[in-house]
Amino acid sequence: MMQRIKKMSDTNLLLTITIVVFILMYLCAVIFLGEGFRKPQAFLNQFNNNAYLIIIACGLSLVMITGGIDISVGGVIGLVSMTCAVNLDLKGGNIVTSMLIALGIGLAFGLVQGFLVAYLDIQPFIVTLAGMFFARGLTTIVHTNPINVKNSDFVKLRTTDVVIPGLGAENKRGVYIDATIEIGVVIALIIVLALFFMLRWSKTGRNFYAVGGNQQSALMLGINVRRTKFLSYVMCGLLAGIAGYVYFMHVGSGSPSHAQGAEMNAIASSIIGGTMLTGGVGNIIGTLFGVLSLSTIKDIVTSSGYDDPWWTGITVAAMLCIFLVIQSVIMAKKHAQGASDKKEKQAAPASS
Amino acid sequence: MQGETILKMRGICKFFPGVRALDGVDFSLCKGEIHALMGENGAGKSTLIKVLTGVYPKDGGEITLDDKVVSIRSPQDAQNAGISTVYQEITLCPNLSVAENMYIGREKDKLVKWKKRNNEADKLLQSLDIPARANQQLSSCSIAVQQMVAIARAVDMDCKVLILDEPTSSLDENEVAKLFRLMRDLKAKGVGIIFVTHFLDQVYEVCDKITVLRDGKLVGEYVIEDLPRVQLVSKMLGKDLDDMSDIKSEATEYSGEGAGQDVFQCTELCSNAGIKPFDFHIQKGEINGFTGLLGSGRSECVRAIFGADHVTGGTVRKYGKPVKITKPIDAMKNGIAYLPEDRKIDGIVADLSVRENIILALQVMKGFFKPFTKAQANKFADEYIKLLGIKTASADTPIKSLSGGNQQKCILARWLLTKPEYLILDEPTRGIDVGTKIDIQKLVLKLASEGMSVTFISSETDEMLRTCSRLIVMRDRKVVGELSGDELTQNMIMNTIAGGEQQQ
Repeated sequence: MMQRIKKMSDTNLLLTITIVVFILMYLCAVIFLGEGFRKPQAFLNQFNNNAYLIIIACGLSLVMITGGIDISVGGVIGLVSMTCAVNLDLKGGNIVTSMLIALGIGLAFGLVQGFLVAYLDIQPFIVTLAGMFFARGLTTIVHTNPINVKNSDFVKLRTTDVVIPGLGAENKRGVYIDATIEIGVVIALIIVLALFFMLRWSKTGRNFYAVGGNQQSALMLGINVRRTKFLSYVMCGLLAGIAGYVYFMHVGSGSPSHAQGAEMNAIASSIIGGTMLTGGVGNIIGTLFGVLSLSTIKDIVTSSGYDDPWWTGITVAAMLCIFLVIQSVIMAKKHAQGASDKKEKQAAPASS
Repeated sequence: MQGETILKMRGICKFFPGVRALDGVDFSLCKGEIHALMGENGAGKSTLIKVLTGVYPKDGGEITLDDKVVSIRSPQDAQNAGISTVYQEITLCPNLSVAENMYIGREKDKLVKWKKRNNEADKLLQSLDIPARANQQLSSCSIAVQQMVAIARAVDMDCKVLILDEPTSSLDENEVAKLFRLMRDLKAKGVGIIFVTHFLDQVYEVCDKITVLRDGKLVGEYVIEDLPRVQLVSKMLGKDLDDMSDIKSEATEYSGEGAGQDVFQCTELCSNAGIKPFDFHIQKGEINGFTGLLGSGRSECVRAIFGADHVTGGTVRKYGKPVKITKPIDAMKNGIAYLPEDRKIDGIVADLSVRENIILALQVMKGFFKPFTKAQANKFADEYIKLLGIKTASADTPIKSLSGGNQQKCILARWLLTKPEYLILDEPTRGIDVGTKIDIQKLVLKLASEGMSVTFISSETDEMLRTCSRLIVMRDRKVVGELSGDELTQNMIMNTIAGGEQQQ
């Protein structure tokens, strides 16, 4: 066992831990908590409710792999949903303009923050903290009160569901109800797949890991470190824009309080998914499972009767702790083994 | 075999705040030659290399490659121009696989073909006889193997110029021999090689020409046959050497109070770093040393004495009384000082000033809530800067901007300031120029003659022979012998290190 663990790269090892824990957790929920978790639709709802979180967690994984951080994503979601709501409801815009606005806002945040971090060498935490305040402030300036969007095209779009054949179930009255997912989930899954392939097989994706592993070395190896870091923030910003629109489609409204703290949930998901804050280690599939783990644990807490918000908070905190401890213990063990191997290897020439 | 000039650097200048790192340096390299770049620490070798590879922008001068003026702004430009480099520090990414480290940053395809790449990497590793697998994570390889991987990466590029900046400091003899074979192959293929090293033996073994730098200026370019060693060293130092082999006999032995008495005595000491339990004692005013091959447990022994590793068993006595040392602060309070092997990780605090680095250990012993006054700190710093001849713009300069040898002297000053009874020096002269080396050796002898006990560890046996009066020989993390008096010869040490093999 230890032998096999040692052979795995850090990234794959952490990914395996995440997936195994998630499956165990969900199985426990199905066995002990019953009905609510047994229907396929219950599982699909994890996606429906968290599509936006999956997308920003992917963005965060990208910047975290390069060794950075972006805490402005929650603010960007709030700003996007409010601006799109104003555009559709008060300014008479259509779906296309609102989508362009969403992408534009995300891209603008990514470009500016990426430039400040990568080319002016400012601490990413500070830059994106400023970005977060700026986005929240701007949201209130765009409109102070919550807006429910009634634009008919948009309502049609946001209520369109994708039917998954064969997973439906009969309700209490014996009517067959199809299992469905929202459009946002499709978008999120496409993004997950695209990023997974990018990180695994593209030159750019591998450069992300190299820069996160050791920035100085990456430079010496002939990688354009600044451009790589810049790109990670641009992508993260753009993903936050997309996530903003997905969130907007999910809730159908704009409000200054939307997606409060989403960035922290995204960071937590990313970490549970095996991305390391120190950079260079992480996997997008892990991030997906990180989001699902986080939302499942919240559902488990709620459906066990503890539906006060503080219980979910405490449980999430405990779970983060447990995950981090498991990760660090296994990594430490692995590297301690590696180190003792090293010594044996070094000692070997002495005895030959 | 030697062809036309491939690389020419003319009048290269580079300024750092307050320092002229390079002042009008010329350098030229021909096809198919191995050219040593020599000089003391701080002479400007690494700076010249970093200007050539685009890590630092140059402030003046011209670089011509194949008779064309080139402007190299980044390591990427250098790679594309056909200059590949192996740096002194490992410049690879520990989180990536061995194969990725060999190819990243220089492949043409947008997509990575893992299978093809791993196969190619495995072939290359095999042909160079490097004990690593392509898909292994780099951090699971030893430092020496990592360095070999870096070399493999560099030679696999179709380069015209190969730069090796002290690649041999972490390699053992077999690996160095392998590297030299490789260098000669490349030379035969017409690659120009720039070789930076501190080891004179290695220079005379493989190089064709030598360029000597001193204080950022060019001293001269010489064909190797015309420059005997003594002259090379005196050119590097800018002065004639006094006979360095005989500093020991000049030193007087300590004969004051308590001479011949054991200061520290350890029995069955062992730690979690994997050394076998060992006994050890040191007398007042004595210099002893741990010797053995790389990885034989020399450092681990002294780390156990200092409490730097987790001590798992054994007792330590000071003047016969048992003392408990479980962490470095205990050792410091008992008068032990330890100059660690890895200056960068365990030694300097890079962003603090020279002064702060010097007073650090004493401050820790005094407690952080009772800081020294500015005047006191200045006095300490100035005293030791003068005593050890530390070359620094001022005591306020951040230590990271000093050259390696001067950083080492600062760390030495830090420990001397605590007025230790027992000083442990773990590789104090690694990566340091000849002049500073002799300074440190003389200082050690002087300290011992004043009654300090010193343990000296070095990879260079002749250095140990010059300073130590007793040597403890280690093999496979076990003490296998002790030599003193007439037994202190190169041959005896070799025999003792290898000795056990004949019995097994």
